[in-house]
Amino acid sequence: MWIYEKKLQYPVRVDTCNPTLAAMILEQFGGPDGELSAGIRYLTQRWAMPTDQAKGILTDIGTEELAHWEIIGTIVWKLIKNVPIKDIEGTPLEAHYVNHGKSPFPHDASGYAWTATFIQSKDDPIANLHEDMASEQKARATYEYLINICDDPGVKDALRFLREREIVHFQRFGETLDIVQECLNSKKYY
Amino acid sequence: MDSKQLDMLKEIMEICFCLTDINLYLDTHPNDDRAVALHNTFSKKYKELTNMYSMKYGPLTNYDLSKYPWEYTKSPWPWEIEY
Repeated sequence: MWIYEKKLQYPVRVDTCNPTLAAMILEQFGGPDGELSAGIRYLTQRWAMPTDQAKGILTDIGTEELAHWEIIGTIVWKLIKNVPIKDIEGTPLEAHYVNHGKSPFPHDASGYAWTATFIQSKDDPIANLHEDMASEQKARATYEYLINICDDPGVKDALRFLREREIVHFQRFGETLDIVQECLNSKKYY
Repeated sequence: MDSKQLDMLKEIMEICFCLTDINLYLDTHPNDDRAVALHNTFSKKYKELTNMYSMKYGPLTNYDLSKYPWEYTKSPWPWEIEY
């Protein structure tokens, strides 16, 4: 089970109103390499993991991804909560606005809705862990693109934090892969 | 939220982050005794600080003790705070 704590993992400061940037940041709210995909992917893969370390790392990184999802939603909300409607007109957020108003919604930057086809889970820990390592690298690349287009210093700071976490997670999944491979190689029955 | 409360909340967030990061490291390095000791130091500090915080400002989780009326929903939500 999970317990909710009434705090963010990282203090999100947003210095500007910027509906266009908010629309782009939604990529990490509901896009294929976003935080929701990561959380659901890892938490779903736990059952078929052969070692206790692997079950632990998927549980704990999966949980952290949900905290990151909350950070992304907070960035988006803070970027648009005080924007007058006329300033949303003609921006990339306009199509989002006519469906959801200012509420965040899990779709990518171009409006494609989140779907479970973004993730995979197999009864094959090697395949799963390789997917997880790839997804951390793809998320890291996405954060770099977002940092490149971001001119809000507070948002940039939060995006840098999230980018660094992708690198730490990649490292931990690599170590987990070694542990799982060693476990599978030692199980030889004659 | 006044600046004293915010400072304390930020300190809790910082220690919580240290716990999370060491937690992930320990999942794949369970035999690192220095890391376990570090985890325990932060764990104690975290419990102390969250107890102090919730006594003063209300609960951070729905599992904590509450005064009457129910305090959990009263404090600002994480996305409403100006950090």
